[in-house]
Amino acid sequence: MNSVLYARRRLTDRLFLIFSISAALFGLAWLAAILYTLLTQGLSGLSLTVFTESTKSPGSHGGLLNAIAGSLVMSILAVAAGTPIGILAGTYLAEYGRTTRLAGFIRFFNDILLSAPSIIVGLFIYEVVVRNFGFSAIAGAASLMVIVIPVVVRTTENMLLLVPGSLREAGAALGAPISHVIRSVTWRAARAGIVTGVLLAVARISGETAPLIFTAFGNQFWSTDLTAPIASLPQVIFNYANSAYDDWHRLAWAGAFIITFAVLTLSIVARLLESKRN
Amino acid sequence: MKPIFRRLTALSAGVAAGVFAVQAFAADMTGAGATFPYPIYAKWAEAYKAKTGIGLNYQSIGSGGGIAQIKAKTVDFGASDKPLSPADLDTAGLTQFPTVIGGVVPVVNIPGIDAGQLVLDGKTLADICLGKIKYWDDAAVKKLNPSVNLPHLAVVGVHRSDGSGTNFIFTNYLSKKSPQWAANVGAATSVEWPSGIGAKGNEGVAGNVKQTKGALGYVEYAYAKQNKLTYVRMINHDGEAVSPTAEAFQAASARADWVHSKGFYVVLTDQPGKAAWPIAGATFILVYKNPPDAQKTADVLKFFKWAYAEGDKMAADLDYVPLPASTVQAIAKSWHDNIQGVGM
Amino acid sequence: MAGIALENYGTYDRANTVRRFGRGDARFRLLTLSAALLVVAIFLGVLISLVLGSWPSIKAFGLPFIWTETWNPVTEKFGALGPIYGTLVTSIIAMVIAVPTGIGIAIFLTEICPSALKRPIGTAIELLAGIPSIVYGIWGMFMLAPLLQTTLQPWLIETFADVPVLSGLFEGPPYGLGLFTAAFILSIMILPFISAVTRDVFETVPPMLKEAAYGLGCTRWEVMWRVVLPYSRTGVVGGCMLALGRALGETMAITFVVGNAHRIASSLLAPGTTISAAIANEFTEAESELYRSSLIELGLILCFITFVVLALAQLMLRRLEASGGKR
Repeated sequence: MNSVLYARRRLTDRLFLIFSISAALFGLAWLAAILYTLLTQGLSGLSLTVFTESTKSPGSHGGLLNAIAGSLVMSILAVAAGTPIGILAGTYLAEYGRTTRLAGFIRFFNDILLSAPSIIVGLFIYEVVVRNFGFSAIAGAASLMVIVIPVVVRTTENMLLLVPGSLREAGAALGAPISHVIRSVTWRAARAGIVTGVLLAVARISGETAPLIFTAFGNQFWSTDLTAPIASLPQVIFNYANSAYDDWHRLAWAGAFIITFAVLTLSIVARLLESKRN
Repeated sequence: MKPIFRRLTALSAGVAAGVFAVQAFAADMTGAGATFPYPIYAKWAEAYKAKTGIGLNYQSIGSGGGIAQIKAKTVDFGASDKPLSPADLDTAGLTQFPTVIGGVVPVVNIPGIDAGQLVLDGKTLADICLGKIKYWDDAAVKKLNPSVNLPHLAVVGVHRSDGSGTNFIFTNYLSKKSPQWAANVGAATSVEWPSGIGAKGNEGVAGNVKQTKGALGYVEYAYAKQNKLTYVRMINHDGEAVSPTAEAFQAASARADWVHSKGFYVVLTDQPGKAAWPIAGATFILVYKNPPDAQKTADVLKFFKWAYAEGDKMAADLDYVPLPASTVQAIAKSWHDNIQGVGM
Repeated sequence: MAGIALENYGTYDRANTVRRFGRGDARFRLLTLSAALLVVAIFLGVLISLVLGSWPSIKAFGLPFIWTETWNPVTEKFGALGPIYGTLVTSIIAMVIAVPTGIGIAIFLTEICPSALKRPIGTAIELLAGIPSIVYGIWGMFMLAPLLQTTLQPWLIETFADVPVLSGLFEGPPYGLGLFTAAFILSIMILPFISAVTRDVFETVPPMLKEAAYGLGCTRWEVMWRVVLPYSRTGVVGGCMLALGRALGETMAITFVVGNAHRIASSLLAPGTTISAAIANEFTEAESELYRSSLIELGLILCFITFVVLALAQLMLRRLEASGGKR
């Protein structure tokens, strides 16, 4: 055996090992740094008032209740409307369209929509919805929905394509119609991946501020009217972080903490539920 | 899904639909625009709602946004840190009036120099921002500060990366004091800065100045005060070196001729007065002369009438400067003269 | 065979049932097609509103808008070169940092990590994707920028001070904010996309292929480089495209740290701006129609850049598939 060559190969392998571990440490280190900042700054701002009081002016012991409620409502609406559309569109691309020209175009447009800056989406919904119906929670939810759909389409299509053809064929062999096969076999097989896609979309919209400025507008008071302006947590965080007042800064960090840990908890819970089912 | 989950989901959906629905009660007044007065409008709105039950929802989307939204009639009033010129007001059918006054304070980070130690005048400030003065121990700076120990440290200019009324007030002052600035850069909410780095928001500028040795930035008074930044004393129109204080801002407004300026178009920079701070400005409200919804506009005016009468202390608490009484009277008169159908 | 499946039907009418199935199939197909076309409709809607919004600016500046560097709101002369440069530079640097790191993490998770730690570490990396971008922005402005200003940037400036070509890339006072900081944060943000997708793809590699290579005496590196990566090429590139899409359109995290200078400087440490950051920073304060329209035209240009990047990626994928043989 050529020991020089072997030594070199061993060295390359070692270096590669070190690189790989360093890459993982790099990622983990930054995660730890960000989470640490969130924890130290955010926890100190958390208190019961944050969840029981609406936003108030500096020095008035306000909270984030209306913002949390507003974000929840708009996110739920956006996901409830966007996920079915996204899954159905992804299903078309993976099961029916496949390699046709039309499917190719749809995929392309979807990917461009995926990378569009969210402020552009907000401006689009502003022109279409707000100019005619005014600022509202529904307009805000619509702009978030436009952000959710491409993410779900992409991940659904990817996941469906990974389902082995033999599963589909087995279903068809039993005499089930194609739509039935897709619904009960293919979707079920790709479920975990589709859920990941929805989670990614939720993570994406939970931090969005720019589109909401022109659609939901924001509201310093508690509001339950879906056709009126409504507050949202990212927008409040943005305003408070840029202000001069310490109590607003603390609330901003508390809000950032809430969003991050809500999204993280959602992901972990969804993963746990998935693994339990399997 | 297991039956219990299904029932729970249906129940919560039902409750949510009951709470969050389309409701037909009277909506709040909405206003949008300048970020500078956002905290005080929020505070006034809270107090007003507690007193009368009527809500005023103000969102700080920026002066440009405020102007655009009032022109698009999607809000009941717009707010702008930069006053519209009488010509623009006429074209749009709007009228404007000021609400509170604030000041823009230059802040520095020079080792060994404390708050209020450094003195600058408008021309020198402009030269620093133009990039002509590159080091802190430059002759021009030394001339104004004979007894201060200035290090040979590079000047790092920090300006606002986002458009804002603060920019407008600051560049307006520089334009007045430096013909070169007026010719090459100009005054606006966003300009093409000849040098320096852009930081986002007052917070960004304050933070960056704190981190960077040799930095010079400018922030709203509230930020300089709350963050205990090293402010600079400025030489005003009358040649006096003044510190940025609420009294100095009020002095800047005291001799301004609000009453005779059409549309209250006054920019409070470089105003005469021994105690006047040279970089001050008011923030304005825009409403229609012939409002499409007269009742809403009447409500808006009632709100501000209350704020002028009862809101001074709240403004002072948050480091804003209320308008002098004579100006408030002139505003009431202008409402009477200019705005139709609101009974003011 | 169909008879067994349909055993439970009492009076069995085969023709009717098949027709019913057919209708159900057609309806479902129509449903999915409508959803897909809705996506196209939304895209076209966004595109049209972009074109309509940028029309005043297109009329005023025409094609030279793309290579003009001036950005003067006072004289109302606008040019997109600064933002375009910033977008491309930050995205490229972010990809240069994130792609090897992401693939490295995926390799770590599939090959090197002890199986007890796989789940937690994998989830931990994916958590980076779940952090809202505004949090990245605030953290970047208050924590990362000062850190880079005092550690990495001075080091970079000093190290490259005498190197002939590269000194131009790393010069200037250490601001903390700037293109490099923005690219750095961007790389952390897109890392999880690359690592998650790459890991999923690596796990679909048939173990037999790898074992065959090991059987031949290959080291782990050689198995990765010569067997696994070529096999999963298309999937990895797909993950990178997802990441690049995010990088091009990212707004919040960048606006806080990029320094917003519509200038092209040779130094990577200098302030710059990206298209998304410029729009986010300036749109709400833009007072004149031309200013707003120029910002919207920036958005239109970004759509076009994304279009070109995606088209190139597709071409590259097709060539890879053709040369390597479809998987």
